[in-house]
Amino acid sequence: MNSNTVTGDYRTKQTLETFSFLPPLTQEEVYDQINYMLSLGLTPAIEHEDPAQAVSSYWTMWKLPFFGEQDLGPVVAELEACHRTYPDHHVRLIGYDSYTQSQGVCFVVYRGKAW
Amino acid sequence: MAKKYDAGVKEYRDLYWTPDYVPLDTDLLACFKVTPQEGVPREECAAAVAAESSTGTWSTVWSELLTDMEFYKGRSYRIEDVPGDKEAFYAFIAYPIDLFEEGSIVNVLTSLVGNVFGFKALKHLRLEDIRFPIAFIKTCLGPPSGIQVERDKLNKYGRPLLGATIKPKLGLSAKNYGRAVYECLRGGLDLTKDDENVNSQPFMRWQNRFEFVGEAVLKAQAETGEVKGHYLNVTANTPEDMYERAEFAKEIGQPIIMHDFLTGGFTANSGLAKWCRKNGMLLHIHRAMHAVIDRHPKHGIHFRVLAKCLRLSGGDHLHTGTVVGKLEGDRASTLGFVDQLRESFVPEDRRRGIFFDQDWGSMPGVFAVASGGIHVWHMPALVNIFGDDSVLQFGGGTQGHPWGNAAGAAANRVALEACVKARNEGRELEREARDILEGAARHSPELAIAMETWKEIKFEFETVDKLDVV
Repeated sequence: MNSNTVTGDYRTKQTLETFSFLPPLTQEEVYDQINYMLSLGLTPAIEHEDPAQAVSSYWTMWKLPFFGEQDLGPVVAELEACHRTYPDHHVRLIGYDSYTQSQGVCFVVYRGKAW
Repeated sequence: MAKKYDAGVKEYRDLYWTPDYVPLDTDLLACFKVTPQEGVPREECAAAVAAESSTGTWSTVWSELLTDMEFYKGRSYRIEDVPGDKEAFYAFIAYPIDLFEEGSIVNVLTSLVGNVFGFKALKHLRLEDIRFPIAFIKTCLGPPSGIQVERDKLNKYGRPLLGATIKPKLGLSAKNYGRAVYECLRGGLDLTKDDENVNSQPFMRWQNRFEFVGEAVLKAQAETGEVKGHYLNVTANTPEDMYERAEFAKEIGQPIIMHDFLTGGFTANSGLAKWCRKNGMLLHIHRAMHAVIDRHPKHGIHFRVLAKCLRLSGGDHLHTGTVVGKLEGDRASTLGFVDQLRESFVPEDRRRGIFFDQDWGSMPGVFAVASGGIHVWHMPALVNIFGDDSVLQFGGGTQGHPWGNAAGAAANRVALEACVKARNEGRELEREARDILEGAARHSPELAIAMETWKEIKFEFETVDKLDVV
């Protein structure tokens, strides 16, 4: 918290949709969110993008969505692999819902280094 | 065999009370709560409602014999007691689908809630529910975009959307009004809204408002990197004015417009929804005048019927009340009609005021909008009650923040995300409300001061229109 917010000077922030107004999620908290997504039967998918180009609907896919995946471990391993490969990129986790044909969950797990 | 013409007055029940009738899948079914005048038998009353809302009139007429009324007449096929009410009863009526023009909600309502509501033999009459046959539903346009498409356009997933109605609702100049919009959106709201009575008054003509608000939306969007919108109210005195405003909103790159479906009327609403579908615009629907029609427990139309009609006429958002805020709304009943807006099948459930199974087929869903006297302390209950496919609107609860709109918006956004996160972690939102909010406020001075500001505000009055349950 900086002194400006204390005196009521609210500065506009660049934000990244769901959960971006909270402090960065801890590892445990990310695991909870992945478990929630899996418990709903959503298909996990990972996307990453250079922060400068992260405004459009489409980011680059990290492999294909992990169809049929029901365990936490492999999803975490893929997230970490994506982040290792693209440390400067934002990395987000998506839960595809095939019933609504939409995303049931989507949040940024790793924020790009320089962002 | 040909019938003979027999002039005179018959009892309605001779033709329109048919307790052996098994409704067809294609019939439109209605449940009325009927309060008869003293001494009128229930069957006669129920039959009169069926007759007067379909083919019948008070006298037999010779021209009836030129057609076969069996194909067209409404039939009262069941009567039930209203729990806890000796005077009123439920009458179930089946209408053949060919009584109605394809896709026309206007036509359905003109028939079902027309003359019959002034009928002298009835003391009161209330339309409780309608079962629309899927064959009729497939002829309606429905929401221009629907929940999923709107999420994709706005790029917001896994949480309710966050909004606010700009205040004071009347009297701001266009430029000052745009300022209030900009502050809300840059602080973290997704959407802001014209109040329903903001149209094009002398203090702020619509075109000026649209231009300044448009600038505010685009600037907040560029600065935050998130998609933003403001419901530009295009409700107007004539359809021509309405479409002119809608066209202009589109021209200046705005994503969403707004309409008042009851004061504007269903013809205007269906027309505007069709325009929105064609032009890729989202449509927010306000419900001014609804309480005049739906609040009295014995007379009028229940809001669940109006909500169903709106989904068919077309709208991407509809106000549903908040359950917890300043406006009337029973929890079970509200959840019942929220389902009618969003689900593809809703089973009969009298505990929630739902009288029929309702199959919506592929009709897109409508976001439920909770708005009116809500603030950060309500957030856990709201997320629990309304779930993700809702828009939670904090007008006073954003703009009444001691540090202004942007800080108020941030406070609400932090509270919302903290509640969604806690829910996903398996925590019980309403029971652990204080703990969840206080935890979030440790990282957000904006939320901390919002919680301090509104800690004492409650709206605890008895609901006037309660469900009739055993």
